Amino acid sequence: MILLELLWTFLKIGAFTFGGGYAMLPLIQQEVAAHGWLSAAELVNFVAVSESTPGPFAVNIATYVGAETAGAAGAVCATLGVTLPSFIVILIVAGSYERFKNSSAVRGCMSGLRPAVVGLIASAAVSVGKTALFPAGFSAEALLSPDTLGAAAVFALSLLFAAKKLHPIIIICLSAAIGVCLGFAGL
Amino acid sequence: MLKKLKTDVSLFITFMKIGAFTFGGGYAMIPLIERELVENKKWLSGGDLLEIVAIAESTPGPVAVNAATFAGKRLGGFFGAVCATLGVVLPSFIIILALSAALRRFEALPAVRFAFRGVRAGVLALILKALFSMYRQCPKGAASYALMGLSFVLTAFFGAPVIAVIIGCGAFGLVRALTGRRMA
Repeated sequence: MILLELLWTFLKIGAFTFGGGYAMLPLIQQEVAAHGWLSAAELVNFVAVSESTPGPFAVNIATYVGAETAGAAGAVCATLGVTLPSFIVILIVAGSYERFKNSSAVRGCMSGLRPAVVGLIASAAVSVGKTALFPAGFSAEALLSPDTLGAAAVFALSLLFAAKKLHPIIIICLSAAIGVCLGFAGL
Repeated sequence: MLKKLKTDVSLFITFMKIGAFTFGGGYAMIPLIERELVENKKWLSGGDLLEIVAIAESTPGPVAVNAATFAGKRLGGFFGAVCATLGVVLPSFIIILALSAALRRFEALPAVRFAFRGVRAGVLALILKALFSMYRQCPKGAASYALMGLSFVLTAFFGAPVIAVIIGCGAFGLVRALTGRRMA
């Protein structure tokens, strides 16, 4: 049953991601690849779409994967799944948040989770790096292909833009524009 | 009764605005929540907002959803939480649903293919930037570096399940805290 599978998968994603945003990427990557719902490149493309449309990344990707695999009903199931764990946990915690916040157990867990999230984002960066820069692998021929050279040029410029603290949406628009120019120039 | 209904509708609309006008999600929406709920509606104090952020950080799920549920529950009970959460999710849901059909259709065009090739490299830069700032905010120390390294190597090179890594690191922090050792 595809709808139940979507609900269950996104329940897991909602329940096991802390910090939101890119911290969710590694788990989403793993789950989406395991089900064959999106290719690695499609997932990275969608990260860009999600940055340029309103709303939280988790909700956007859930809606998208749900719609792609099972239409509107799939989108509802996946979005419900990703939202439900936070909703339930917050309802439970809201009444006693002072105690929750100051509990040494919660602080202990978080002291382990925060470094884990950094490691997980680094791992996401490696896999996005492979997809973005080396789509054809690491052979000498692939490294000198227009795909890799063009992507490397865009990446270097984007890093510069990011260091200049340009807004993410501007970086995405610029990288798209440079990609189009390079593409039509044969790179 | 009528007042309650008014609060719920107002929560729904306010969070729909927040959901519709924050790009990138997460912390991008905090300033907007502050303007709407603290300054305009005066539903929450600045201190409440800080608490919401702290809670959202230490509970699973998207920060936007956490903040909406928390604020909704405080102001309008269970039904308020439902309205606020539905409000914050609905705009992205509708926009992405409409967009998903179009994305597939345009994907084959060369211009779109080239654009996405560029965009993937741009996203890589954005992720590296996020990684850098997360690293800077993270508490440092031997145990902390060990967990960072371990979770990176295990997931990037050995295909370890992310959920297992998260449970393991959380449990490690918990045990250390309960046995009285602080993680530096």
